[in-house]
Amino acid sequence: MRLLNKSTISRRTFLKTGTVTALGLTIMGPMIIGKDKSWAATFSNIGADDAATLIQMARDIYPHDFLADKYYAKVIQGYDSAAGKDKALKSMISKECKKINSAAKKKYKNNYRMINREVERVDILKSNTKSPLFAKVRGDLVTGLYNNKEVWPKFGYEGESASKGGYLNRGYNDIDWLDKV
Amino acid sequence: MAKFSKNDDSLVVIIGSGAGGGVLGMELAMKGIKTVVLEAGGRHGPQDFVNDEWASFGQISWLDQRTTSGDWRVSRDFSGLPSWIVKAVGGSTLHWAGASLRFQPHEWKVKTNYGNIKNTSIMDWPIDHKEMDKWYTRAENHMGTLGTGGRERLPGNNNYKVFEAGAKRMGYKNFHTGNMSINSKPYDGRVACQQIGFCFQGCKSGAKWSAGYVSIPKGEATGNLECRTNAQVIKIEHDKSGKVTGVVYADAKGKQQRQKARVVCVAGNSIESPRLLLNSESSMFKNGLANSSGEVGKNYMRHMTASTYAIFENPVYFYRGTTMAGIVTDESINDPKRGFVGGYELETLALGLPFMAAFLDPGQWGRGFASSMERYDHMAGLWIVGEDMPQSTNAVTLHKKLKDQHGMPIPNVNFSDHENDIKMRNHAWKQSTALYKSVGATKVLQTPPYPSTHNLGTNRMSASAKDGVCNRNGQTWDIKNLFISDGSQFTTGAAENPTLTIVALAMRQAEFIAKQMSSKAI
Ligand SMILES: Cc1cc2nc3c(=O)[nH]c(=O)nc-3n(C[C@H](O)[C@H](O)[C@H](O)COP(=O)(O)OP(=O)(O)OC[C@H]3O[C@@H](n4cnc5c(N)ncnc54)[C@H](O)[C@@H]3O)c2cc1C
Ligand code: SF4
Repeated sequence: MRLLNKSTISRRTFLKTGTVTALGLTIMGPMIIGKDKSWAATFSNIGADDAATLIQMARDIYPHDFLADKYYAKVIQGYDSAAGKDKALKSMISKECKKINSAAKKKYKNNYRMINREVERVDILKSNTKSPLFAKVRGDLVTGLYNNKEVWPKFGYEGESASKGGYLNRGYNDIDWLDKV
Repeated sequence: MAKFSKNDDSLVVIIGSGAGGGVLGMELAMKGIKTVVLEAGGRHGPQDFVNDEWASFGQISWLDQRTTSGDWRVSRDFSGLPSWIVKAVGGSTLHWAGASLRFQPHEWKVKTNYGNIKNTSIMDWPIDHKEMDKWYTRAENHMGTLGTGGRERLPGNNNYKVFEAGAKRMGYKNFHTGNMSINSKPYDGRVACQQIGFCFQGCKSGAKWSAGYVSIPKGEATGNLECRTNAQVIKIEHDKSGKVTGVVYADAKGKQQRQKARVVCVAGNSIESPRLLLNSESSMFKNGLANSSGEVGKNYMRHMTASTYAIFENPVYFYRGTTMAGIVTDESINDPKRGFVGGYELETLALGLPFMAAFLDPGQWGRGFASSMERYDHMAGLWIVGEDMPQSTNAVTLHKKLKDQHGMPIPNVNFSDHENDIKMRNHAWKQSTALYKSVGATKVLQTPPYPSTHNLGTNRMSASAKDGVCNRNGQTWDIKNLFISDGSQFTTGAAENPTLTIVALAMRQAEFIAKQMSSKAI
């Protein structure tokens, strides 16, 4: 069978220090720096604290350990630019992040994004699935995450194939293990 | 290419260029009848189709607003998208997978064969399989359907091979790579399938039949067919005698135009067709055109559907090659001992990663969902399609408040499963789960129905005027120069994918219309 190589390597570019979250994200002012220092982004409208909360939430909703934070952060960066024009969105994000954090503090004595154990964060999310923020992040991730062409190879999806002549000579029928099951 | 005057009242005007309208237009044009097809969408083809699920959805799908109600899960998970159909020349035959199956003889007469089923509006079709035989053959030859007319079926892809191995272990006897309207060898000037795997996104090689780039151009080549794009019909008009005289449509700029007609044929798919008839109400036809029976919009069917996706220890890469690559027909018989009437087909299906994320288990999140997605390349999958029961409460109606960009009330689609549908779905999930487990699946997912791709029954054919909207020729009972020419004329849905039957009926109707016109009956 023609198998795909699913691993890709990220480059390191930034070297800075600041507050470190459960995900290992570094917050400096409105900026977030990824833990492998391969990416950084500025959240001038929603602020780096709420952005870090949302990035954590995104990962907890669709936790793929082989995906770097930047793929989740990309969706949240979209919110930051949208919030620049959309006041209702901006205030919804800030209000709902406060709610999540106060639920997290009450039960686990920490802001949501500072809780280290995934089960505890998921527990907080589970009691928050009706919130408009949760619904928005989950809904937007369906396309924001899985429709990002950069992640496709990591799931073993090859995408566009017509320009390569389809799969007629590239393994449409090359399965080789069926006689062993 | 022909171009006809808007004041020409000798024309046949067809609304919609899909399986029904596109083929009807081609047939009439070939008989020398001057015909205008008004199509709400634009023209796309192999040259500009894209191998990208969401981009293609944005390019050719019908995106005008719709609402939905009823207890089906689609109304919760996809509240603005009750159905998945196309707005472009060729209609949903751009998206379609190509499965082309004849109804089984008993499915033309389900009331006789199943008896009275509670809480349904079940009826026999006013036509039967003997009469349809020659039209099916003609449709298969036009579409190049494999497994018929001496045309060899496609080789199986990886998804099919897993499915076939499971079918054998289950003791199924009737399985193969499908009666697909996809060329296995060059046919009708089109190439053979390249196993590209984006059949739903419009086939980039043109190996798959579509009304858009096969039937419509054949009609246009006669000089008798004009296919006018970006022409969305809003209203059908009539005179004092009750005969239809033409239609009003919005052009590309949203400007209203009036096209005169001798005959009008409605083929906008089962949501838009009844919507148009209902919106064409007048002082003479207060409940909408052709609606003296009150059946316009009712008896909406969408097939009993669901999917089963199985995860294996080893990779499958099920997206390589034809999207729908094989079928088991053993379960399509009517065997009430299973606890339900009617039957279903199992047909392999693969989605790309983006659509899989949206449809595998809508609304789900967390480790369980993520772990299934991480095994995307180890998945095999199939779609279940079975006969659903017509119910008069499952209906397309006009929204009381919301209007579209042309000021026309948007449609609401109300749908709830019948008990028979639920029992059949559970049976199909059980059988298909066992099929995949028999070849070593480590996890099997039972996926709920997608937004409806098969939309049927909302202007149904009946033996008498009080029970339906049109007669055995698709001619409306109330208005003799108004016809129903798409899937909305289905009396019942059968277990089979509907397009071959829609095409065969359109060919049959063309002959009827031509005779009626030449005898001046219409
Ligand atoms: C993803 C997918 C896969 C499918 N696979 C299969 C399969 O394998 N086998 C099978 O048998 N079927 C399949 N189908 C179903 C098949 O495509 C439809 O059943 C068939 O195309 C319906 O034919 P129709 O003529 O009723 O409507 P359509 O083909 O949808 O045509 C309707 C046309 O009318 C136009 N229109 C609507 N309203 C107006 C208006 N007011 N004015 C002007 N134009 C208008 C629309 O834009 C459209 O072009 C599939 C469908 C989808 C979406
Ligand atoms: S698999 Fe075949 S039919 Fe499907 S898109 Fe490719 S060439 Fe066309």
